[in-house]
Amino acid sequence: MDFNLTEERQMLQDTLRRFLSERYTTTERNAIIDSDTGLSAEIWGELAELGVIGALFTEDQGGFGGAGYDISTVFEELGRAGVVEPFLDTVILGGGLIAALGNDTQHSLVEEVIGGGLHLALAHGEPASRYDLSRVETTAKVDGDDIVLEGRKAVVINAEAAGYLIVSARESGGPFSLDGISLFLVPADASGLTMQGYPMMSGGRAAEVTLDNVRVPASARLGAEGAGFQALTDVVARANVALAAEAMGAMESATELTREYLMTRKQFGRPIGTFQALAHRFSDLLIELEQARSAVTNAAGHLDSDDRDRQIAAARNLIARTGRLVAEEAIQMHGGIAMTQEYELAHIAKRIVMTDHRFGDADYHLERFIGLSAA
Amino acid sequence: MDLSYSEEELAFRDEVRTFLEEKLPKDMSDKIRRGEHIGKEGHELWHSILNEKGWLSYGWPKEFGGAEWNAVQRHIFEDECAAAYAPRIVPFGLSMLAPVLQKFGSKEQQDHYLPRILDGTDWWCQGYSEPGAGSDLASLKTRAVRDGDHYVVNGQKSWTTLGQYADWIFCLVRTDPEAKQQEGISFLLIDMNTPGIEVRPIVLLDGTPEVNEVFFDNVRVPVENLVGEENKGWTYAKYLLTHERTGIAGVGFSRAGLDAVKRVARQESANGRPLIENPHFAARMAQVEIDLMAMSTTNLRIISQAAAGQAPGVESSMLKVKGTIIRQEINDLARRAVGPYAMPFASEAVEGDNDPIGPDYAGPVAAQYFNNRKLSIFGGSNEIQRGIIAKVKMGG
Ligand SMILES: Cc1cc2nc3c(=O)[nH]c(=O)nc-3n(C[C@H](O)[C@H](O)[C@H](O)COP(=O)(O)OP(=O)(O)OC[C@H]3O[C@@H](n4cnc5c(N)ncnc54)[C@H](O)[C@@H]3O)c2cc1C
Ligand SMILES: Cc1cc2nc3c(=O)[nH]c(=O)nc-3n(C[C@H](O)[C@H](O)[C@H](O)COP(=O)(O)OP(=O)(O)OC[C@H]3O[C@@H](n4cnc5c(N)ncnc54)[C@H](O)[C@@H]3O)c2cc1C
Repeated sequence: MDFNLTEERQMLQDTLRRFLSERYTTTERNAIIDSDTGLSAEIWGELAELGVIGALFTEDQGGFGGAGYDISTVFEELGRAGVVEPFLDTVILGGGLIAALGNDTQHSLVEEVIGGGLHLALAHGEPASRYDLSRVETTAKVDGDDIVLEGRKAVVINAEAAGYLIVSARESGGPFSLDGISLFLVPADASGLTMQGYPMMSGGRAAEVTLDNVRVPASARLGAEGAGFQALTDVVARANVALAAEAMGAMESATELTREYLMTRKQFGRPIGTFQALAHRFSDLLIELEQARSAVTNAAGHLDSDDRDRQIAAARNLIARTGRLVAEEAIQMHGGIAMTQEYELAHIAKRIVMTDHRFGDADYHLERFIGLSAA
Repeated sequence: MDLSYSEEELAFRDEVRTFLEEKLPKDMSDKIRRGEHIGKEGHELWHSILNEKGWLSYGWPKEFGGAEWNAVQRHIFEDECAAAYAPRIVPFGLSMLAPVLQKFGSKEQQDHYLPRILDGTDWWCQGYSEPGAGSDLASLKTRAVRDGDHYVVNGQKSWTTLGQYADWIFCLVRTDPEAKQQEGISFLLIDMNTPGIEVRPIVLLDGTPEVNEVFFDNVRVPVENLVGEENKGWTYAKYLLTHERTGIAGVGFSRAGLDAVKRVARQESANGRPLIENPHFAARMAQVEIDLMAMSTTNLRIISQAAAGQAPGVESSMLKVKGTIIRQEINDLARRAVGPYAMPFASEAVEGDNDPIGPDYAGPVAAQYFNNRKLSIFGGSNEIQRGIIAKVKMGG
């Protein structure tokens, strides 16, 4: 049994933490959130150079990591600093799918991603699909040498910055069948593809994507025809580890900000942390934070095991519950100051809570956990 | 024991309902139902509609032109307004300042200010809190020094809600720095257009410019703007705080909010079934509803005592704590009900300018969830309320 990070991961963590604490200040980050693109190309490039993206791919794929603990190490730090750049979308989801399914030509895109030169987006969710991964109503029809895509994709994160969208579309089966979903690499400027872009509550940007008679060559297909669901499930499992770790990192920040504030803010002539009503609740946050850390450790450690999905459902459920508690209590114990946009905690709390809305909230993962435990 | 309203109360309720059906503009209630803001003009319009009917002053005594409804009538009115998705009545002038002026103000102040509150001439904001004086309000530092027939005011107020719209601010200021904290405070009315006042907006975490910092730099305020006696302001403020706490449970808002969640849950689907049939979500909704049913009766019990002339004591603190917990829980349900469509940041949608992204009910829910964290912070935080309850009950 060994709960220490390997030397490489420890270095990665140290480097990333140092870089972000110097470079990714509250002011810098809030300016990024307010910018038109919602991300900093400069910081993205610098992080790529530091090897942060490479750490998320295996050696076979051209990286030097890619395991569960690499993901959790990187995303904990991103979460701690409240990073809004789309590592989840470009790297874990987009890059992950191409690395898993791509042929040689397609695989060259992974290199571009690792170098920091290419953004990607996963255009999978639809207006009615909520968190259900199999619900795909967008269609793909073969027409001569081409494939024609029709449909609507909802809340496609990072769509505007992406060079390619990975679009899921149905080639056979009903709206919920697991078979028949294919994935396509669609250039963002494909004719017939339109976007309505907007900022998101916790930073970054997304778009509603409409596919109206979008033609791509058959070579745009990623992986085998109709076999996209398994690949999506695998990559979303990795995304869930990333999201859980990110929320846990953000919870660390929220707790630390609260600790500092409780010790310095004075009312009634004394630091408010000396009021037991707050001190005990602060202790509860620390207790829950340790639970969250262990849940992430469990999920990351089981990424390649048979028990993967159950462990991940457990982690996301626990993180959703403790995350909400930490975010709400941290705000409450700060009082008014935490309600202001420019204060660090406001953003951190939003990152934590809004994690619920990606790939499932506490209830969704509880149901999955129950289902998988009964199986 | 009888849980139902009397004949007269029912008739009154019907009268309120009819009025709301006829006079509450549809586009306004639609916006409120969707959680959008209606802006200064919207609030002024609704006030003028109520005023025309004589109902804007529903809590005021008859001698000041009020309707002088009793606690049960006030409750019915507030309940019906919330159920009809009427805008909240902006409380600063009507239910915070007016009672103080009516009890402690001079005849001149009453004659001058009260009608202007009703006809919308003056928009008031509340200048109590300061950066260093939140829960510990009595430690406030904004200074007022007598200079001939003026006070010269220096200092800073913070968190002044909708101060950007305000013509006037009622302030607690320190007039005697030597006295014991609570005994050196005065209650001053200040024209926001006086030279030396600067208002800086604070954007809240949901993106709304709802509160402000107000800076005072040698602001000259005529002495006739002092309410009551110098150094007695704390007494008046405490009196005002008891008024701030009527309707504090927010039962009507909670019920309307829960109805909205149910409506959404019928339209949203999870695993191909309506969300409202999802056992986990349904259980969460049921739990909140059960709490709300009980709290609603607690609220009525306290209201009927108040109508019988018993001033509520710690009960209003209890209602504040439980009421805000329930409202915040409903905001959480609303956010979760819409799934991924909670993610778009819909500040434009909140202001009502742009096309909504996703279903129109989804736009403001995440913003509301974050914004309503304020409910347990302001008006005496829930920790302060719990402290009051314990102190009163244990004589500490
Ligand atoms: C089943 C059982 C087995 C036990 N076995 C042993 C044993 O083998 N050996 C032994 O020595 N003792 C034993 N104890 C005694 C046990 O350690 C005491 O009960 C314990 O220390 C609490 O003391 P108390 O019961 O006097 O409660 P009190 O100390 O009077 O506490 C009463 C309440 O006040 C709270 N409280 C007290 N101080 C504070 C504070 N500063 N801040 C906030 N809250 C506070 C407590 O948490 C508790 O809720 C046992 C007790 C039980 C119930
Ligand atoms: C959206 C919003 C609108 C507002 N509008 C107005 C307005 O229009 N006019 C106005 O004057 N003010 C307004 N306020 C200010 C509000 O009244 C204060 O925020 C509130 O009194 C809390 O003060 P604070 O923010 O300084 O927090 P603090 O008083 O610093 O409290 C920080 C934390 O410590 C806790 N705490 C403090 N003392 C104790 C204690 N003794 N025991 C246990 N816990 C304690 C608090 O409960 C809180 O959790 C508004 C605030 C907000 C957020």
